Amino acid sequence: MDQLNFIIPELFLISSIMILLMIGVFYNNSFNLIYKLSVIILLATFILLFNHSIDTSIKLFNNSYAIDYFSLFMKALTLIACIFVMLSSFDYIKWIGINKIEYPILILSATLGMMIMISSYDLIVFYMGLELQSLSLYVLASFNRDNYRSSEAGLKYFVLGALSSGLLLYGCSLIYGFSGSTNFDLIAQNMDQLNTGSIFGIVFILVGLTFKVSAVPFHMWAPDVYEGSPTSVTTFLAIVPKVAALTVFIRFLYVPFFNVIGQWQMIIIFISLASMIFGAVTAIGQTNIKRLMAYSSIGHMGYALAGLATASNVGIQGTVIYLSIYLLMNLGIFSCIFMMRRKNIFYEDIQDLSGLSKNHPVISFCLLVLLFSLAGIPPLAGFFAKFYIFMAVIEAEMYTLAIMGLITTVISAFYYLRIIKIIYFDESKEKFEIDQNFGLRISLALSTIIILVYFIYPSLLIDVVSNINLI
Amino acid sequence: MNFPILSAVTFLPLIGSIFILLIKDSSDKSINSAKYVAIFTSFVNFLLSIFLWFSFDSSTADFQFIENKQWVKGYFNFKFGVDGISILFILLTTFITPLCILSVINSVKERIKEFLIALLVMETLMIGVFCSLDLVLFYLFFEGGLIPMFLIIGIWGGPRRVYSAFKFFLFTLLGSVLLLIAVISIYWITGTTDMTQLLLFNNIPKEYQYLLWLAFFSSFAVKLPMWPVHTWLPDAHVEAPTAGSVILAAILLKMAGYGFIRFSIGLFPVASDFFTPLIFLLSIIAIVYTSLVALMQEDMKKLIAYSSVAHMGFVTVGIFTLTKQGLEGSIIQMISHGLISAALFLCVGVVYDRVHSRMISSYGGLVHIVPKYAVIFMIFTLAALGLPGTSGFVGEILILIGAFQKNILVAVLASLGVIFAAAYMLWLYKRVIFGKINNNELKKIYDLNKTEIFILSSLAFLTLFFGFYPEPLLRTVDISVSELIRNYEMDLTFYLKETVK
Repeated sequence: MDQLNFIIPELFLISSIMILLMIGVFYNNSFNLIYKLSVIILLATFILLFNHSIDTSIKLFNNSYAIDYFSLFMKALTLIACIFVMLSSFDYIKWIGINKIEYPILILSATLGMMIMISSYDLIVFYMGLELQSLSLYVLASFNRDNYRSSEAGLKYFVLGALSSGLLLYGCSLIYGFSGSTNFDLIAQNMDQLNTGSIFGIVFILVGLTFKVSAVPFHMWAPDVYEGSPTSVTTFLAIVPKVAALTVFIRFLYVPFFNVIGQWQMIIIFISLASMIFGAVTAIGQTNIKRLMAYSSIGHMGYALAGLATASNVGIQGTVIYLSIYLLMNLGIFSCIFMMRRKNIFYEDIQDLSGLSKNHPVISFCLLVLLFSLAGIPPLAGFFAKFYIFMAVIEAEMYTLAIMGLITTVISAFYYLRIIKIIYFDESKEKFEIDQNFGLRISLALSTIIILVYFIYPSLLIDVVSNINLI
Repeated sequence: MNFPILSAVTFLPLIGSIFILLIKDSSDKSINSAKYVAIFTSFVNFLLSIFLWFSFDSSTADFQFIENKQWVKGYFNFKFGVDGISILFILLTTFITPLCILSVINSVKERIKEFLIALLVMETLMIGVFCSLDLVLFYLFFEGGLIPMFLIIGIWGGPRRVYSAFKFFLFTLLGSVLLLIAVISIYWITGTTDMTQLLLFNNIPKEYQYLLWLAFFSSFAVKLPMWPVHTWLPDAHVEAPTAGSVILAAILLKMAGYGFIRFSIGLFPVASDFFTPLIFLLSIIAIVYTSLVALMQEDMKKLIAYSSVAHMGFVTVGIFTLTKQGLEGSIIQMISHGLISAALFLCVGVVYDRVHSRMISSYGGLVHIVPKYAVIFMIFTLAALGLPGTSGFVGEILILIGAFQKNILVAVLASLGVIFAAAYMLWLYKRVIFGKINNNELKKIYDLNKTEIFILSSLAFLTLFFGFYPEPLLRTVDISVSELIRNYEMDLTFYLKETVK
């Protein structure tokens, strides 16, 4: 029973979801109440995370559930990101009329799934968390069911996601069959003797995970789903699940598969390189900003994975820092997308930003900072994110990866510059409405300011992540 | 002295720009206050840097006014410091920026507040480049300058501004990413990116030096610019607003020259020695080829832009002669080119504001209408072709003296550039100032106003002053340059001995 102490946040989240469902059933029109309550619940869960000391490192339930510094940090990141996404998308949900009680509840259950994924130390637990998260996300993607694009996005996401889950599960079963255990530590012990079966297992699991982080060559769903889903869901998809997916990526590579590094290192390098190049090149021709962000996220996942390919603690820390800063930048960008509204209609075309700087100098300044940061130009935070990644990559003497990565930075700078050009150099159009709520403004202001002044004290994130040592 | 004067000089403009940012509405009154804030901060900054120069001790080659703070924990420190070489560039920056701000206030009408912010942020970043004694910090400032410059060209530029701004940004970024890789590699090879330690112990193994040198070179060559990666410069100059061209020509190009002196020679002596022929070759091509190209230009700004490439060719020749005369000559040439090209772009800006044409053919006979302008323009034309008595001459003659010691052929070919410079500058002057008035629009234009006279005459004064009396500049750089060359030769012999063993 004392083990339950360590999973109080998860238990709290589960019981809250039940209670919220009850409220939703018995009260009419309770969307506002439930939405606000779920933000508070997420906040409370965040606080409960610190119920135990942050240095705790313990494995629960027959070593199948890990509570350590790494999982704590990633859970905290997930919850903070989730809170800000919910704060910023409140208005949007009401404007487009998807304010049903299921929405916040689905978000909460997806978050619960992610928390389980992050802590999982066993194939079964991992798969459970993954499916809880994925199923909630499939429903969310098609939440605007009267809109055929949203339905299409949900269906596409579901079909492809189910396929990848199937592959992943097959990989898990192969690993179980050849190593005789589902526990990560035991898999790692039995992984020494190399046989073809377990290598197939590794590859299948990597395929499934690659799908979840939307890296090339399993990225096909991302642009369509990002574009078709309601923007509030896109924001959620672009920000929150990445944390959990990368966490299990890191766990898989560095715990059960670490002994067979020679088998997966080349795969990760390839995925990383291909994602960088593909993300940079394909984003150039995009006209829809959500679609563009999808391609840009593919590229960014390439950089994040480059850190993982190094097989060093510096690399993992680089990836975690990259992820944190990337979340912040995406939050800012999507906050701006939420603001593109004229008379009840939300605009998504990049051309609609034309001449924004004349009508809305503050929003355009925020976008300027965020886009230059995404492009990785110093002294903004995006530069430091790339910098840590390449520190690790060059330490591991992977010069090709470093050079290719930085060259794709230049290519991707082009499409970010194109948006800046449209905002700052082009003729102005009609104004957008400016009656945004407080949550949206706060998330935009906060992300911009942190990114802008990050260079003053860059040690902050390093201090926090330097305790993450998996090797 | 505990007062962090270098940080003050660097970040004062940034603080000024924050004040302007906080001015919200765009009434005439608030725009005026923005102007006063900008003039005030940049002028105070100039005075501060003069004070810095006076308290600078030119009898030692050590870095002075050092500030060292923890920055990125476990990796890099925030380290500032100046020696005789960098202090001159700081002075140049703080001197040119107020003049730019004055010219912006005088001529730009649209979105002036944002322009002033961009200029002040730019000043911070440029001074930061010359102050930083840490490679990562240097990279941060070096690259950060792209953002305001991109906006200056793109928002306030001419008709093809989008193309030019993109070209400028992507060219320089592509050059610089290799620099970033080199910086990180240096960190892993030597364990530090602190310049003072790197210069002191010089522990970069020989086999790494060549590649690292090339990576640094790729960045500096684009920024300088050297032939054949100079093509962004004419476009950027032509489309940039006057103040943008001035900043670009006067200071941004000098960052690369400074980078060659401080980093390429200081850190990689063996590679610098090895690649000297390459530099000479590219520089000579730049001098001869771009001079010829400049001769045939019909656009005044483009002509000056190409002449800048040629002049920077002189600078690289001077730097890589690795003689005392050559190096000092390059530094003086950079300072004087900073003054002269700034003035020439301002001169073009003056007539452009009135006639809205940069074509040489739409001018002619200006001497009859605007005599003051004709006089000022003549001073700078002559300075640009290196007439004795102007600062341009001092730099060029020193560089040529240096080059003769090293390689006579290079010196001879470089001297050709002096002759070409006379040809294109004098021909430009003749076509614009003398002759008949063909264009009726010209008759309406008025002579220089007070602000323009102030800006141009202060530049003219310094050009002539350093032409007759370059001693203050030479005295400042002298010890630092001697020390640099001594270190270079010591390292070179050390590495050679190692090879023999």
